[in-house]
Amino acid sequence: MDDTVSLKGRAAHSASRLAPGPKGKKPRPMFSPRNIMIYGALIFAAAYYLLPLYVMVVTSLKGMPEIRLGNIFSPPLEITFEPWVKAWSSACTGLNCDGLSRGFWNSVRITIPSTVVSIAIASINGYALANWRFKGADLFFTILIVGAFIPYQVMIYPIVIVLREIGLYGSLTGLIIVHTIFGMPILTLLFRNYFSSLPEELFKAARIDGAGFWTIYFKIMLPMSLPIFVVAMILQITGIWNDFLFGVVFTRPEYYPMTVQLNNIVNSVQGVKEYNVNMAATILTGAVPLIVYFVSGRLFVRGIAAGAVKG
Amino acid sequence: MNNVSVSVRDLSLSFGAVTVLDTLNLDIQNGEFLVLLGSSGCGKSTLLNCIAGLLDVTNGQIFIKDKNVTWEEPKDRGIGMVFQSYALYPQMTVERNLSFGLRVAKLPAAEIDKRVARAAEILQIQPLLKRKPSELSGGQRQRVAIGRALVRDVDVFLFDEPLSNLDAKLRSELRVEIKRLHQSLNNTMIYVTHDQIEALTLADRIAVMKSGVIQQLADPMTIYNFPENLFVAGFIGSPSMNFFRGEIKDRGGRKVIEVNGVDFGMEAYPARGPLEAGRKVVLGVRPEHVKVDENVPGREVHDAVVDIEEPMGADNLLWLKHAGQTMSVRIAGARRYAPGTALKISFDMSMASVFDAATENRI
Repeated sequence: MDDTVSLKGRAAHSASRLAPGPKGKKPRPMFSPRNIMIYGALIFAAAYYLLPLYVMVVTSLKGMPEIRLGNIFSPPLEITFEPWVKAWSSACTGLNCDGLSRGFWNSVRITIPSTVVSIAIASINGYALANWRFKGADLFFTILIVGAFIPYQVMIYPIVIVLREIGLYGSLTGLIIVHTIFGMPILTLLFRNYFSSLPEELFKAARIDGAGFWTIYFKIMLPMSLPIFVVAMILQITGIWNDFLFGVVFTRPEYYPMTVQLNNIVNSVQGVKEYNVNMAATILTGAVPLIVYFVSGRLFVRGIAAGAVKG
Repeated sequence: MNNVSVSVRDLSLSFGAVTVLDTLNLDIQNGEFLVLLGSSGCGKSTLLNCIAGLLDVTNGQIFIKDKNVTWEEPKDRGIGMVFQSYALYPQMTVERNLSFGLRVAKLPAAEIDKRVARAAEILQIQPLLKRKPSELSGGQRQRVAIGRALVRDVDVFLFDEPLSNLDAKLRSELRVEIKRLHQSLNNTMIYVTHDQIEALTLADRIAVMKSGVIQQLADPMTIYNFPENLFVAGFIGSPSMNFFRGEIKDRGGRKVIEVNGVDFGMEAYPARGPLEAGRKVVLGVRPEHVKVDENVPGREVHDAVVDIEEPMGADNLLWLKHAGQTMSVRIAGARRYAPGTALKISFDMSMASVFDAATENRI
């Protein structure tokens, strides 16, 4: 008992027995060379990317007379939403003058099925490759990976012929099939790596419990895989939405996706260049991937990190 | 034959050119607690996975309850398995974890509830049933994992290093619980571990494995006191057995082992055959089979010097210099010796082991 009492006494004393000099948290000056370097670099990089966006937004809100003054950085004197309305509903692409709205809905009709189908197939591929070491799995995987490195341009003409032969050339279905196939290598790799990083013993335990291929996939694997599904979704939505080449090659003008229409509006050589409409059209086209990033960016980073742990 | 629970016959497994298990034979009795013991990479977990049906065998057969299950799915083998990493389904509550297999098997809800309740009672995890695995401690998780094997109502339990992820205190607690579980259920249990304490305390029989081959299969005391070969002798026991490399000599009709000029008389050693003079051998003596400064009639006395002392509470471990090498001796904790002290030691040769230096087998 005596010991504890004296110990307590000493502890109480010790506060007043500190030697002079540094104590507690180490002070950090705000304008140290280190901070200046770090924040300087960050601010520069942010400005580098944000400035063009600023110019676009500002220009899209100006009328043509104001744009002709030539001061691209100045904020609009008189805010007008007319260029946005025009870009959406009445800008001319070729012979049609119904704006980007048609392209937007085409892109939606292309992106959603392509994303859903490619992710569904690739996740099952990845799961089978990671967990069910079936015969020829390594060969299959190698072929898929090689596929990821073949340049698209090489395959365009053969695909045109194949689509023509099966009667899907120029249709939305044909383009959706092409997007699904081209997403397969990288998505399969992504899912395979993610499923490999999950503890193998979980899979074994489920097998002991009598679960089969589909039960394990739906009941065990899927609920643990939200981050990687978000990653795959973002990759596919942005990739397919931003696609230009496949859209212009494999479809007819009435099915052109938004990107192709944007190109046609911006590059139209007739009449006056309406910079404000062009800017509004560009922002509208880029809005979907942008929104997807903002909504799910945090999950995206987490999923990429999780998938990268084990190869 | 009908008393055999699990029978492994001529089992081989190779991945490409690498042979992991080599024509392995093993019969496990009904209700027996068998421990597969070995260092990592010896094939013990692989053997367990083969019995579970999680790995396809290259050759040989596996019987469980006299039924050839070599090609059966894991769920049809009548086994439950507990993993090192617990392998609980993270998105399900404890209750759902326990009942997952039963729900997959489409058992009636009443039966599922009954079995889950019984397992929860045996393992005392009723308060945890509504929680997720992430809200449990390591010990609780492993209890749930054992429960998942329990609800399956099977004849054979497989444990794959179940305590290796737990801290020392929990490990000894759960070790006792597993033993109690075995005593009350009387199921066949096959338990893989690299921890010799777990093996010695739990097992009815231990199979010591190395490079895919069972080195010795016997009850713990036999394994500890009469190891079949040098590997088993060195693997079991902490600190490990003292080994002296020497040669058998005939000193006028008296058989001794000469080690660096020091003679160890072998009259008391229960040799299996004649000890021929000139044979190169390894003499093994456990630290507790050496007496320090005690006069035992009929034993020869050796001189040794204390090198290092390691007091461990109940025991005191002395590292001595003797016959040109270092050896350890276990004495009572109260007896202390300063380094450099000269003392007299004598060996209990009736508990010693002698191995052929070339074949490394007991002679």
